[in-house]
Amino acid sequence: MPADQGTPTHDGTSAPLLVVEHVTKSFGAVKALEDASLEIYPGEVHALVGENGAGKSTLVKILAGVHPPDRGVLRLDGQELALPSPLAAQDAGIAVIYQEPTLFPDLSVAENIFIGRQPLRRGRRIDTRAMHRRVVELLAPLGVDLDPQRIARGLSIADQQVVEIAKALSLDARVIVMDEPTAALSAYEVQRLFGVIESLRSSGVAVLFISHRLEEVFATCQRVTVMRDGRRVLSRPVAGLSADELVRAMVGREVVERGAADQAQGGRLVLEVDNLTREGVFVGVSFRVRSGEIVALAGLVGAGRSEVARAVFGVDRYDAGRVLVEGRPLKKASPAAAMAAGIGFVPEDRRLQGLVMELSIASNIALSSLGQVARFGVVRRGAEQRFASDWATRLRLRYGRFSDPVSTLSGGNQQKTVLAKWLSRHPRLLIVDEPTRGIDVGTKSEVHRLLVELARSGVAVLMISSELPEVLQVADRVLVMREGRLVAELGRHEASEEAIMAAATGQVEVLAR
Amino acid sequence: MTSPLAWADGQPGTAPSGSRRLVDLIFRARELGIIGVLAVFVAVAASVQPRFVDSQNIKFVFSNTVIFALLALGETLVVLARNYDLSVGSVLGLSAYLSAHLFSQVHGIPIAAVFLVGLAIGLGCGTVNGLIVAVARVPSLVVTLATLYIFRALDVLIIGGGMVVAASLPGGFLAIPTSSAGAVPYLAMVVAGVVALGAYYLRSFRSGRELYAIGSNPEAARLAGIPTGKRVFTAFVASGAIAGLAGVLWAAVYGTIDSTAGYGYELTVVAAVVVGGVNIFGGSGTVIGAALGALLLATINQALYVLGISSFWDKAIDGLLIVVAISLDHWITVRLTAALRKRSLQHAT
Amino acid sequence: MRHEPTAASLSRPGGQPVGAPSAANPAANRDVTTALPEAPLPAVQAALAPKTETRAPNRLRPLLRWESALVVALAATVLVGAATSRQFLTSANVFSNVCLLYGELAIMTLPMTLVILAGEIDLSIASTLALSSSLVGYLWQQGWPMPGVIAFVLVTGALLGWVNGALVTRLGLPSLAVTIGTMTLYAGIAEIVLGPAIITNFPSSYTTIGVNPLPGTGQLLSFSAAVFIVLAVLFGVLLHATPFGRSVVAIGFNKEAALFAGIRVKRVKTLLFMLSGLTGALAGILYTFRLSTAESDNGIDLILPVVAVVLLGGVSIFGGKGSLAGVVLAVLVYTSLQSALLLTNFNANGLEIVTGGLLLLSVLVPNAGQLASRARSLAGRRRLGVAAHAQLKDGTP
Repeated sequence: MPADQGTPTHDGTSAPLLVVEHVTKSFGAVKALEDASLEIYPGEVHALVGENGAGKSTLVKILAGVHPPDRGVLRLDGQELALPSPLAAQDAGIAVIYQEPTLFPDLSVAENIFIGRQPLRRGRRIDTRAMHRRVVELLAPLGVDLDPQRIARGLSIADQQVVEIAKALSLDARVIVMDEPTAALSAYEVQRLFGVIESLRSSGVAVLFISHRLEEVFATCQRVTVMRDGRRVLSRPVAGLSADELVRAMVGREVVERGAADQAQGGRLVLEVDNLTREGVFVGVSFRVRSGEIVALAGLVGAGRSEVARAVFGVDRYDAGRVLVEGRPLKKASPAAAMAAGIGFVPEDRRLQGLVMELSIASNIALSSLGQVARFGVVRRGAEQRFASDWATRLRLRYGRFSDPVSTLSGGNQQKTVLAKWLSRHPRLLIVDEPTRGIDVGTKSEVHRLLVELARSGVAVLMISSELPEVLQVADRVLVMREGRLVAELGRHEASEEAIMAAATGQVEVLAR
Repeated sequence: MTSPLAWADGQPGTAPSGSRRLVDLIFRARELGIIGVLAVFVAVAASVQPRFVDSQNIKFVFSNTVIFALLALGETLVVLARNYDLSVGSVLGLSAYLSAHLFSQVHGIPIAAVFLVGLAIGLGCGTVNGLIVAVARVPSLVVTLATLYIFRALDVLIIGGGMVVAASLPGGFLAIPTSSAGAVPYLAMVVAGVVALGAYYLRSFRSGRELYAIGSNPEAARLAGIPTGKRVFTAFVASGAIAGLAGVLWAAVYGTIDSTAGYGYELTVVAAVVVGGVNIFGGSGTVIGAALGALLLATINQALYVLGISSFWDKAIDGLLIVVAISLDHWITVRLTAALRKRSLQHAT
Repeated sequence: MRHEPTAASLSRPGGQPVGAPSAANPAANRDVTTALPEAPLPAVQAALAPKTETRAPNRLRPLLRWESALVVALAATVLVGAATSRQFLTSANVFSNVCLLYGELAIMTLPMTLVILAGEIDLSIASTLALSSSLVGYLWQQGWPMPGVIAFVLVTGALLGWVNGALVTRLGLPSLAVTIGTMTLYAGIAEIVLGPAIITNFPSSYTTIGVNPLPGTGQLLSFSAAVFIVLAVLFGVLLHATPFGRSVVAIGFNKEAALFAGIRVKRVKTLLFMLSGLTGALAGILYTFRLSTAESDNGIDLILPVVAVVLLGGVSIFGGKGSLAGVVLAVLVYTSLQSALLLTNFNANGLEIVTGGLLLLSVLVPNAGQLASRARSLAGRRRLGVAAHAQLKDGTP
């Protein structure tokens, strides 16, 4: 990875570009930031890491002008800076690229970049031609070619981020904040993004890079700041720092990363997917999952992994092929039928798909088992809470009261709630889509361990993950998808980051069987 | 992009224009589609009953259309920004009565002054709607449902059981909708001009584009620093003002004004807008489409009349048209998205 | 290493699955204790613990406050009504000016509540009433027996609702647009069915519901009001105490999550629209008998008041939030206010100003707190700006 170790960008002599000084921010009784500080120098990629709830997002929102700080000062070039609105941040030269950019689907790429700032000609009319020319100029150094006149609807997430970056460049942004930009990207797209970041850095832009993936921090960043409980706990050059030190700083103590002890051989056949095809999305996908094994579905984002899982669970339709659960054909496009057959599905986006954020913790856990908490067709609140408390206890869910909305939980505990919802149905097959995306290191290893335990108890687990270390650590078998096709099947001992990437990017085709 | 390294030496300026052509075509097709349906109706009606295309009849269709086309223009501004103005019928009623009433109150008042009064009444009502929606950030569907009642009730309280009759209106005023060049009333030309101006504004001015942006993704619009409250407020004021003007025209067209003027228009206007291809959740559509939608509804009703089909069929056919229009519109959008996504996928690999 | 199927414990209902051990039942997780110590990773747990202290304000409180506001409004209306007119609290007034006049409107608010809670809207329900009324008249004139007419109309109502549901769920169209269309369509079909005719020769055994109070209710309740009370209880139970009702709320808050939880979103929505059509047809039958008149535009103007009353009851137009009790209270507030104003010779046609005013209040009052805090935060930000400016001037850090 192209970390430019040879040219340390910050030698301590140049002045910082952006300074965050003793910023405090509370939401109600919750202190999101307490006396947080940060310095970013021009021409550096500065990593901001920390567990969920450490205050990174709040800091980003303050820099974006979404929230004003309660106390503390921001300085740009030594000048004090007030950011009462997103527009003010934009004017100050601070741009924020969110994990999943929020574009205007009905507007063109060019208008997405220039909305509110379109080049004008006589009479304050929009100069469309000049605008499109500017977009082509902006995209060229990024090495991405997108039609400026195409509407944004249907753009991949990576392309959406490129549009946002082009927008930042068009604003002559001096500080670009990237809030977990790689979370939803494929490895290839991550590499492309790193290239873009490097070209930004070399042109003197300061990049604040937020990520949960430490290997990315080491690959692209020159300096790193660790936050914990709303405070800064560490700020140092990346060179000479070890991953262990970083993790310790984030968690505040040692974390024991546990590997799966040994490989399960797999028992009876639970899931058979036969030649599954959905036009334009995936083609001829066939695989099996046995009880007691964890099968990972790896590949780039957009390769069709989630789509296959969604089709199996019945959230989406498929055009051809069939799905068998324990030898019996499964009705297509019916989550209810899939559930009756013993399938559980932890979707990739817990806020939008996994949980009803406004409903209580108990209601969320019982939502897929309403029949069980009802007697004579009437839901009993007591039964619902007892039902929920069983799995909440086993998963060590941390909560205030069961009647609290699930939105009050931390990300990791929200994910546990989703898991509780499905585990309480005693699934034969559990499909987990990006089970640890955006959750803290501690809960992450808890989830990994849970998956291994589940498999040991005889559950078949199908896991989709974009994090290769996770795949290698947890899975007994790795299936690799590329462009809607299954291109490789790797056993535990054949699987390595290199082998998976090679198959996912199409350099090798190793379809065992 | 063909290989993982292609981005490094990507050539600007060679962006494929296939998707653009597709998008262009489909967006133009929405309006072309309405014109096509319109043409079919006119052709069928005219072949069965040639009287349908005589100047008297065409004039009638146009004067029926102008008021709804105007209201549809204002409504489109609001709907594009993912809001609704259900109060337009009540605003029209209020303005129609109060402005027409002026002729008997103030002797010899110039017609232009009456139009200004109507405009002012509409501006006032629109300001009320806009302020509540933008400042209190309350869903506009509810707000304008409430002001629909309130403006109508004001109308009723002011008028009581009274009405304005054509005899009390000056001849020059009543001649506005009827004077024409051939079969096309001047008024229809003026309204067409206003709609064209609206279309140009929405295409070529930042604030116009920002209405689309707000409707397309309100949260992103806020983050992009677009003054959403101000834009939405302005759209409501414009919609109100246009409804006010339409009220004065309504008085001129119908001559007799009581407290039921414009009753129930709000849903017909929304129907015209939807038939015209404006997305009910904002972000896409044009005022020309909306105006054509209004023209289509008026044409069909008149065609039925001329063909001797009982007027009791009017409503059912309007309803069916709305359902078919939104189904078709949705089908096109789904196809379009799928095509674009596929293109993006091919493009990326 | 092979693991023998401890899976049995997972799939056995009520069995103790071993995904994670519970201290309460150590026997069940004997197999996995080697892999998973009783209290593993205390460090991680300790690190996670403090975050859960963040307690959110009780979400139920604002809802309850809105309902108590409605109770206060109701009490005030009744007091003012009784003070201004001696007729207000008479059974004659309650019967003829409240129960009789607003029975069908009240009935239609019930399915509308559920539809709006599910994040949709049915603007065609009043047109369904009109079409049902026209059908009652038409079929009766054709010589159908009355029970057959009623059965046919109810089935047709459900079918009309199904059409809405199918357009919304199968084609994925927005219900706001769909039901604006079918509102016009159904009203149009009513005109085709009955044309300009007005049918009035219904048997008096049916039309008595428009004249006489229901026996045994102390001359208070009309037949339609009694139907409303029974249906309100049924709908209340359906919404607040059944899996179906829970599904409706989950769909209203987050359709996607409901789908991923295995809720049959399309079926639930289709059923809701059918329920709406069925109830609209019932209201149409009651309306026809009450007035002893079938006309193609019967009740067509009720649609906006129905929506207004539901929203007044605190149901969120965005779905999910709201209760049936709130809507029932809103029905009572609305109808008693209307009747109180009628008795004080308030311009009858100006009554709508009250509907509109109440509706505005219903959205402004719950947001008042938010409005005030926004004003405060704006002021605060300005103060902060001033302070920062002052600091700059002083040169003090």
